[in-house]
Amino acid sequence: MKLITAIIQPDRLDHVREALIQADITRITVSRVTGHGRQEDIEIYRGQRIAPNLIPKVRLDIAVNDEFVNITVDTIIEKAKHGTGEVGDGKIFITPLEECIRIRTREKGGKAI
Amino acid sequence: MLKKFSFPLLLLAAAVLTGGTAWGAEEVVTDSGTTSWMLTSTALVLLMVPGLAMFYGGLVRTKNVIGTMMHSFAAMVIIGVLWPTLGYALSFGPGILGGLVGWDSKYFLLQGIDDTIMSTHIPEYVFAMFQGKFAIITPALIAGAFAERVNFKGYAIFIALWSIIVYSPICHWVWASDGFLFNLGPKGAIDFAGGTVVHISSGVTALVAALYLGARRGYPKNVMHPNNLVMTLMGAGLLWVGWFGFNAGSSIASNLDTARALTVTQIAAAAGAFTWMVIEMFQHGKATSLGVASGILAGLVAITPAAGVVQPVGALALGALAAIFCYLAIMLKNRLGYDDSLDAFGVHGVGGIVGALALTFFIRPSWMADAAALAGGSWTVWQQLGVQATAVGITIAYASVISLILLFLVEKTVGLRISEDEEMSGLDHSMHGEQGYGLINLN
Repeated sequence: MKLITAIIQPDRLDHVREALIQADITRITVSRVTGHGRQEDIEIYRGQRIAPNLIPKVRLDIAVNDEFVNITVDTIIEKAKHGTGEVGDGKIFITPLEECIRIRTREKGGKAI
Repeated sequence: MLKKFSFPLLLLAAAVLTGGTAWGAEEVVTDSGTTSWMLTSTALVLLMVPGLAMFYGGLVRTKNVIGTMMHSFAAMVIIGVLWPTLGYALSFGPGILGGLVGWDSKYFLLQGIDDTIMSTHIPEYVFAMFQGKFAIITPALIAGAFAERVNFKGYAIFIALWSIIVYSPICHWVWASDGFLFNLGPKGAIDFAGGTVVHISSGVTALVAALYLGARRGYPKNVMHPNNLVMTLMGAGLLWVGWFGFNAGSSIASNLDTARALTVTQIAAAAGAFTWMVIEMFQHGKATSLGVASGILAGLVAITPAAGVVQPVGALALGALAAIFCYLAIMLKNRLGYDDSLDAFGVHGVGGIVGALALTFFIRPSWMADAAALAGGSWTVWQQLGVQATAVGITIAYASVISLILLFLVEKTVGLRISEDEEMSGLDHSMHGEQGYGLINLN
């Protein structure tokens, strides 16, 4: 099991979400986040390095069984891009997932995902 | 009634101070009480526009909140420029082209009214600005039907054309002293504050636009929840408050007629909301805030044409009837599956038609007696209903046909429906490059 965390631009959320549903990845968690990456370079103001503005982003958290990792990642990459790709399109992090439990039934592991 | 008699420039000295001087019988002076109420009303009606922006803005999805509120503000900006330039002259000038519209070059850019005091004892500037607010809110109402899927540039051009070609002629027919609906029957078609001019014209156009542009992507399969009902409720509250200017101001006076209009406006709004709430309690076991807000609007819309002629019992009945019919209309819409996104037709079109027709049965007896005297003996409820139906029918026919032509022209030239990609990204990003709720997150 893996936890896929994707940070994308807000205007691509519906494109990504819809494509994920088409690919049968329907269980996702979405949150609004802010942050900064390459998109806004650190400014220098009167010789001081100034923290750049925080830029709004959308974060998707998707827990998947191993065989679904590639299709999930490919779908997100394909749909989150602006055109052929721009700075600020986002990032994907994949982390191993130790356990998954469905609250209603106490099922554990892959079948609870 | 919005009677309008303009007086020549000669009366420039007709100010408040001239009480003692004998200038002859025709001299008209401002009445400070009436003028100050009309100034207040003018401001109250303008307050309805941000109220509408909040009402509509809360009902759409998060990605469209700015785009939707901009539809109301754009009307404030665009019609705000257009009305003093052309709109007032086209609406309230003497009839030309066989009474199709008005025109008087002295009203162009309001040049000729600098010194005019009207027979209602208010400066004509106040009347022109008061009427301008109605011209602003009317096209903004239409935007509810095609929310979440129109191009901003196309919308801007559409409302400008619509205001000139649809609003001004209807306004002229119904409210100008030489308009043919104003003079239909012994006391005219009853439209106190804009049942036909504002609500039916915009509601019918909304229906035509929703059908012409088609549904939003994913509608009706995907449920599209309101992003902020708190904002919608605040908007409904501002509309209710502003409506006192809309209706009570339409007496162009500060007297008994004003008090009557204000009273029935309050009663009808409450009756509409109460009825809607009761229907929902029976149907779903829960009263929703959106239901209450819709009921308020339905009641207010229905009393708009009637505020000058009905008594409190009529206001109760009209509010309740409007809520029932609007509720049914929205259920029917869901059955039929067309996408009038924020129910601009379901509330304004249906509520306006119900008000303009049903008011006939609640007219105060003294009004009917006056009408009978003017008609030379008798004037029945059914004859007045015929007059009302004529005004409603003409408004529906004219607004729907001309609006369809305008929609077609705008869609084929600048484009009105946005692309699928833009619709998925949302109006805020694709049309304005902004987002509504950035401040909720740290930035």
